[in-house]
Amino acid sequence: MSRPVQYNTKLKMVEAPEAMMGDGFMATSFEKVVGLARKNSIWPLPFATSCCGIEFMATMASHYDLSRFGSERVGFSPRQCDLLMVMGTISKKMGPVLRQVYLQMAEPRWVLSVGACACSGGIFDTYSVLQGIDQIIPVDVYVPGCPPRPEAILDGFLKIQELVGQESLRRRNGDKYKELLASYGIQ
Amino acid sequence: MSEHILLPEGSIEKQTTTLNLGPTHPATHGVFQNILELDGERILKATSTVGYIHRAFEKLAERRPLYQITPITDRLNYCSSPINNMGWHITCEKLLDVKLPKRVDYLRIIIMELSRISDHLICNSIVGVDSGAYSGFLYLMQFRELIYEIYEEVCGSRLTTNIGRIGGFERNFTNTAFVKLEKFLATYPKQLKEFETLFNRNRIFMERTIGVGAITAERALNYGFTGPNLRAAGVDYDVRVHTPYSSYQDLEFTIPVGKTGDCYDRFLVRNQEMWQSLSLIEQAYKKVQEFKGAESEVFHADSPAYYLPEKKDVYSKMEALIYHFKIVMGETDIPAGELYSSVEGGNGELGFYLISDGGRTPYRLHFRRPCFIYYQAFPELVQGGMLSDAVITMSSLNLIAGELDA
Amino acid sequence: MPLNNDTIQQILTQKFGEVLSDWQEPYGMLTFTAPKEMNLKVLQFLYDEPSLNFRFLTDLQAVHYPDKKGQELAVVYHLHNLVDNVRIRLKVFTDITKPDVFSATALYQSANFMERETYDFFGVNFTGHPNLIRILNVDEMDYFPMRKEFPLEDQTRVDKDDEMFGR
Repeated sequence: MSRPVQYNTKLKMVEAPEAMMGDGFMATSFEKVVGLARKNSIWPLPFATSCCGIEFMATMASHYDLSRFGSERVGFSPRQCDLLMVMGTISKKMGPVLRQVYLQMAEPRWVLSVGACACSGGIFDTYSVLQGIDQIIPVDVYVPGCPPRPEAILDGFLKIQELVGQESLRRRNGDKYKELLASYGIQ
Repeated sequence: MSEHILLPEGSIEKQTTTLNLGPTHPATHGVFQNILELDGERILKATSTVGYIHRAFEKLAERRPLYQITPITDRLNYCSSPINNMGWHITCEKLLDVKLPKRVDYLRIIIMELSRISDHLICNSIVGVDSGAYSGFLYLMQFRELIYEIYEEVCGSRLTTNIGRIGGFERNFTNTAFVKLEKFLATYPKQLKEFETLFNRNRIFMERTIGVGAITAERALNYGFTGPNLRAAGVDYDVRVHTPYSSYQDLEFTIPVGKTGDCYDRFLVRNQEMWQSLSLIEQAYKKVQEFKGAESEVFHADSPAYYLPEKKDVYSKMEALIYHFKIVMGETDIPAGELYSSVEGGNGELGFYLISDGGRTPYRLHFRRPCFIYYQAFPELVQGGMLSDAVITMSSLNLIAGELDA
Repeated sequence: MPLNNDTIQQILTQKFGEVLSDWQEPYGMLTFTAPKEMNLKVLQFLYDEPSLNFRFLTDLQAVHYPDKKGQELAVVYHLHNLVDNVRIRLKVFTDITKPDVFSATALYQSANFMERETYDFFGVNFTGHPNLIRILNVDEMDYFPMRKEFPLEDQTRVDKDDEMFGR
């Protein structure tokens, strides 16, 4: 006799987008479907340098689970990942490495800057620390905190999900985006 | 062990490969780079580069008054930041000649041993992850969350704690903190035992770690090893026993010592140290509970010139307000002198060399970081081994990037 | 004879005489100064002499005293005798215009990174070091940041308001 399911009974499903439904077909806009698929299956690249990396490990562990939101597989190869999560202090020696990793990522790509040091240099206003990664790469969402609580990291991740879900499919080829990249010196 | 095939000189198969085990690598220990010269899978030579997270702590410390340096010490070995904080406070108390009541010492021991457990917990579970076993990490991280909750009750933050003051703690331990501590002491031993059954006699784990990254006691001492890595090589040097601080001499514990100094010995030594830390916490907790009445409300030294007064006094008493103002503005008298004091951090002897010239801020503060010093032995440890051994050695040495000041 | 600060001082003055100067005991740790040409000889004697047995180099770093003309940079060694549990501190002063000090890497392997760090921060040139290059800062840096005349902050930063935050 099978045992009744005890866990995961209150599962929250993702809502289908607005669509014209019929017998065996569903017509909706392509962007909505692609956005829905992309946002619930983001593959992050954790670029963990210091203390925020340990809070990320706590976010990945079973208490605050990041894989609930679709990021079961964290990858370490930039070619395969969508989201670059920069966690921790980036020093001037590390800046070129970060830029190279960003350049190796394929479009569409997003950047989440976690922690005060990655957002703006944090408490380290010194000669050797890069005062914010947005001096070298464009950033989508900033998560402040030193270190931010795992709930804050998850909040930042949810905001990235919103951005991913609502992004227009033509954005990456448009002029505005090219201008943004050019301002960072990226072709 | 299969024989290494000897190829003729000059053949294309004989040329070595240079591999960059670069600053971003999946072993997520932090940012340091190793350039390896490989012959097939065997490592011929390794060159290490550090400095990818250099945050200029020592120059920063010359700009800040003593109590503002505590947040910087947090970020040295960020897996066990209370030990760094308390080590710094112990140095300041030696400089300023502040005597602590016993209850504060025992409470400090409880917090320091909890952070030692959390440091060794991460290190050992990451050794498991690097050799392919992810479940050990997930089982033990739950207890790190329990430890974080205890820190939150005392100081308010989880990871970079900035815990305590020069002279004690900022507030008394609440009842909730003791309840959480008892819950930890009741549930953790069972989980640690389960972790040990998963790994200690596991055939695959033993074959991955025995004989890997071994070092003899003489070489270890010459390289300046301290902490669990030195104890795994056979030398029983522990700062808590040699230069006792914070009333460690009142409690009893043994120092686990290994034989060969390889990764398996380091793993076992760290596991045993976790058991010893549990016993130390129980002893200290019993001693704390013996204080009754007015003594059980003591949580800081009676030193108004250096200990930031409690807020309720600042709002009601004149002297407390004056001292609060003087301490925050940095107008208190710091005696001139030079002092070296060390504590047993998660990785070994964490030393603070402080030169004060009587001004607001230190003239020179140098951190003796154990990770930085024993990282020099890494090329010697991996030479002749395989590439995967290099990854296991890296994680079993417990290299924390913040402490490499790398 | 138990090994304490007086016996150590006695044995050292017996061997080296008046070259070792400035004997102090701040907070209980014996501190003395040696001329910079003799630093390796003193370290070797402390290592080999069976009654002294200082075989562990705990720490090696430098301090910059811009006011002491001719002796601006001090290289400080902390040594530890693990068997008898005694620590001492040795200081060696050098001129900032010619900061050459003999390297201790032949005796202690742990001095390797520590001397590179001291070179990186203060510019002390350790002769005989196998690989004296910058370790923590960027390789292209052309000044020695821990010296007192150089600032802490990043001078190229434009968005921080000096009036509000001050430097």
